[in-house]
Amino acid sequence: MIENTPVDVGHLTVRYGDELILDDLSFSVKKGEIFVILGGSGSGKSTLLRHMLGLERPESGRIIIGDTDIAECSEKEYAAALKKIGVLFQSSALLGSMTIAENVALPIIEHTALPARAVAEMVRMKLALVGLGDYEHYLPSEISGGMKKRAGLARALALNPEILFLDEPSAGLDPITAEEIDDLIIDINRRTDTTMIIVTHELASIFAVARRVIMLDKTSKKIIAEGTPRDLKDSSPNPLVRRFFRRYDRTEQKTESNTT
Amino acid sequence: MRRKDSSPCTYQLYPGMDGRWTLRLFGRLDIDTTPETLHSVTADILKSKPVSLQVDLSGVTYMDDYGTLLINELRHSPALRDARFEIENASADAAETLKRLGPEHATRPLPAPGRKSMNIVAELGDATIGAMIGLKFFVAFIGSVFLSTLSVIKKPNTLRFDDTIGHMKTTGVDAVPVVALISFLLGMIMAFMSSLQLTQFGANIYVASLVAVAMVSELGPIMTAIVVAGRSGSAYAAEISTMKISEEIDALSVMRFDPVLFLVIPRIIAAMVVIPLLTIFSSFFAIAGGMFIGVTMLDLTTSSYFQQTINTLKLFEVFWGLSKSLVFAVIIASVGCLRGVQAKGGPAAVGNAATSAVVTCIFLIILFDSLFAVMRSYW
Ligand SMILES: Nc1ncnc2c1ncn2[C@@H]1O[C@H](COP(=O)(O)OP(=O)(O)O)[C@@H](O)[C@H]1O
Ligand SMILES: [Mg+2]
Repeated sequence: MIENTPVDVGHLTVRYGDELILDDLSFSVKKGEIFVILGGSGSGKSTLLRHMLGLERPESGRIIIGDTDIAECSEKEYAAALKKIGVLFQSSALLGSMTIAENVALPIIEHTALPARAVAEMVRMKLALVGLGDYEHYLPSEISGGMKKRAGLARALALNPEILFLDEPSAGLDPITAEEIDDLIIDINRRTDTTMIIVTHELASIFAVARRVIMLDKTSKKIIAEGTPRDLKDSSPNPLVRRFFRRYDRTEQKTESNTT
Repeated sequence: MRRKDSSPCTYQLYPGMDGRWTLRLFGRLDIDTTPETLHSVTADILKSKPVSLQVDLSGVTYMDDYGTLLINELRHSPALRDARFEIENASADAAETLKRLGPEHATRPLPAPGRKSMNIVAELGDATIGAMIGLKFFVAFIGSVFLSTLSVIKKPNTLRFDDTIGHMKTTGVDAVPVVALISFLLGMIMAFMSSLQLTQFGANIYVASLVAVAMVSELGPIMTAIVVAGRSGSAYAAEISTMKISEEIDALSVMRFDPVLFLVIPRIIAAMVVIPLLTIFSSFFAIAGGMFIGVTMLDLTTSSYFQQTINTLKLFEVFWGLSKSLVFAVIIASVGCLRGVQAKGGPAAVGNAATSAVVTCIFLIILFDSLFAVMRSYW
């Protein structure tokens, strides 16, 4: 059971002050799958992610990563759970004072006993993996948004995590760059069998390969849909969900007619 | 819609029997006519306090969301608190707008988190809770700084040495010109001002004593601390708050770095090393400034000025000044970092963090300086 569900969230409720943000969410993620958390802006996606990373403690509920409940565990157990995790933040979160290579090297130097030459080699490999081979010595401020996402991804993958969390990996990018990032994520998932939990507000290409999707709703603060993308698209009983997907259908048709 | 038609809105208010009133609106209900109509109708209603109001829209030629707003405002006007409210003869267009935008829509007050109007007691309570949360955060921060310091003492190689050196440069070396200039001028001013009195007694030479004692034990530490608070306290807050809002600190946490060890400790150590050094520089340059005045204006020789300075200064003064500057260093670095870590929200938080870091630093510096003065008088 633990082997096959690296992440299990149960009855998670989050409140900021008096305001209810997430109401009694339960779901679990299977090993190796691409799991997508959908929802409009302000529906609490980032909040959910921050709780799944243990950056904040929920009002109630459990968040099990591997076999630790990070909603209530000791510092030591938390650190052990974090070993399994890599994160690409919404704003990439590269350290601005360091070059791309130094950013990627940071976790490798801290958490492995590799000699400096080997660290540099590993950094080069990770950067090549995300297609940033030539940008080692650039500062984050000197590269574009799409490249920052790639660099953030390389850093998230630095220690070969079992679970990769991605907050809006393609948001704020032009459609072509966004699709490249999506393809990269899919490719990495295929090659490394990393479990991927992706938060997004758009039905990007990644959606097509998602094994499972949940959709958060801003008004009810609950999960209003859960299933495979096909299930949700064709037969959700919820009108909100159907509306969300109909819009996607329209844009898809438009793109198709543009390309033909 | 008939947008061209520009007949302004007029209205008629008919008093009925038993306080049952009818309001008849004509013409356009849009952004131009609504405010005025709303004002005067509200005033009329307030005077008469009807038990029911029927709004007849048959004469309305055009109505948009401003018109809907007018209807909704009337419906919820305090003068009509328990009155019945009816709308009649709305055209298809108007009915459509009313349905689309109101009234349930507008009856709900806009949510304004944090800006709820409250009574004094509730506000006091809110402020107290806010202060307690701030205090809790402060205590937790001090605690984790303390723990991280212990862990650095136990395992010195966990200190980010390169960062510490970098902060020493930006906090210390880069501040030397401004501290030197300010101190030199301050020394000159003090020498000049005191000489105005002392020359009357032929006691010119005591200018040297005055400048030395005042600078080394009092003004040197405090001037340096204030300059560094403005330069580096604010910089620490701005740097760290920028990292906070761009999720860099979260990224450090999930990569199993201790943000305090990574960001705060190097800055505190750097400040504790360079601020006392800057204080020594400051006193030195102030004495030089005093000497400049002494030699050029007061007919003192360099050697007599220097000799007098040496004779006056006791080791205790130097030690006292340096102890103070060490305390100021801890204040500047930890307040700067604390304000940075506390930052919340968007880019505006960076500016706020920097401002409040400087204000808090200067306040605490003066406060602790007074405490030192009190302590010294009971020494
Ligand atoms: N630290 C916070 N304090 C108070 N409210 C917050 C905080 N963070 C987020 N919120 C609120 O929680 C809701 C969800 O935010 P978020 O998780 O960022 O949404 P999303 O990522 O889906 O756009 C928003 O209404 C936001 O205002
Ligand atoms: Mg978000």
